[in-house]
Amino acid sequence: MSQEIKSKRSGLWLWLPLALFAGFFVLVMTGLLSPADRNVASTMIGKPLPQFDLRPAVPDRPGIATAQLADGKPRLLNVFASWCIPCIAEAPQLEAWARQGVPIDGIAIRDRTEDVQRFLSANGNPYKRIGADDLSAVQLSIGSSGVPETFVIDGKGIIRHQHIGDIRAEDIPKLIEKLREAGQ
Amino acid sequence: MTRLLLLLMALVMAAPLPAQDLLPPAPYAYKQLDDPAQEAKARALMETLRCLKCQSQAISDSDAPMAGDMRHQVRSRIAAGEEPEEIRQWLVERYGDYVSYTPQLRAMTWPLFAAPLVFLGVAALLLRRRFRKTRGAVK
Repeated sequence: MSQEIKSKRSGLWLWLPLALFAGFFVLVMTGLLSPADRNVASTMIGKPLPQFDLRPAVPDRPGIATAQLADGKPRLLNVFASWCIPCIAEAPQLEAWARQGVPIDGIAIRDRTEDVQRFLSANGNPYKRIGADDLSAVQLSIGSSGVPETFVIDGKGIIRHQHIGDIRAEDIPKLIEKLREAGQ
Repeated sequence: MTRLLLLLMALVMAAPLPAQDLLPPAPYAYKQLDDPAQEAKARALMETLRCLKCQSQAISDSDAPMAGDMRHQVRSRIAAGEEPEEIRQWLVERYGDYVSYTPQLRAMTWPLFAAPLVFLGVAALLLRRRFRKTRGAVK
């Protein structure tokens, strides 16, 4: 009698390694088939823009200081660079925003004046101001980890949303929504 | 034939679009601090900060321009008298815990710190039981 119970129990233990293996298999396969998101999101959402004052990146646009970004109107702050290929891809989207009257300010990361000028003349210039961030200092201070990235800033200068990567047609509704929220 | 030749020539002579910036590296990206004690502090911190471009490298190992700019940030802050842990905190506030290779004690991570203690406790208990048994057997 007790012998029977014992063998039943050891029978269950016998399956344990297989169950463990199956568990690991599922874990590994889910990791393989749906790789984790490698984007590093800024944790500055909901916080005010840090203090900075950037020199103009091109002669025909002013630079950017934090105080100017809290003028009561929501805006887009676009982190870009002339050496960034996806920035070319999102240029038409930014142009369209600018035509609709959305204020867009740009931060050019590690860029030379002549390169920014070449980039703007080739891809259009939707920016009201362009600050030059030669040491990525402002980029680091707002928690941006690459180009292009677009931040929605509300009228009080508080960061409301971060879009990582180039803006595509399918991203527009969400950005409109975030801009509207920032304007309330 | 000439068209093919032209095409080949165009391929050979095509100027690649630079996918990286042309600015020189930040002043302290590759230059050590003059004070060896400060440099040692900066070095230790840089080895435990994640490069955000090349995410499995520390900023001390990476030649990505952004890693250089992060090293510049670390070194100039250390030179200005900031403590390494303050700088780590400054980055964690912006990028979350992911930027730090040194795990931080949080609601999510406390099991990481508690587990060794729990294991030690369990081991001590098991050993005690085993020693008691053997002593009993000898008697």
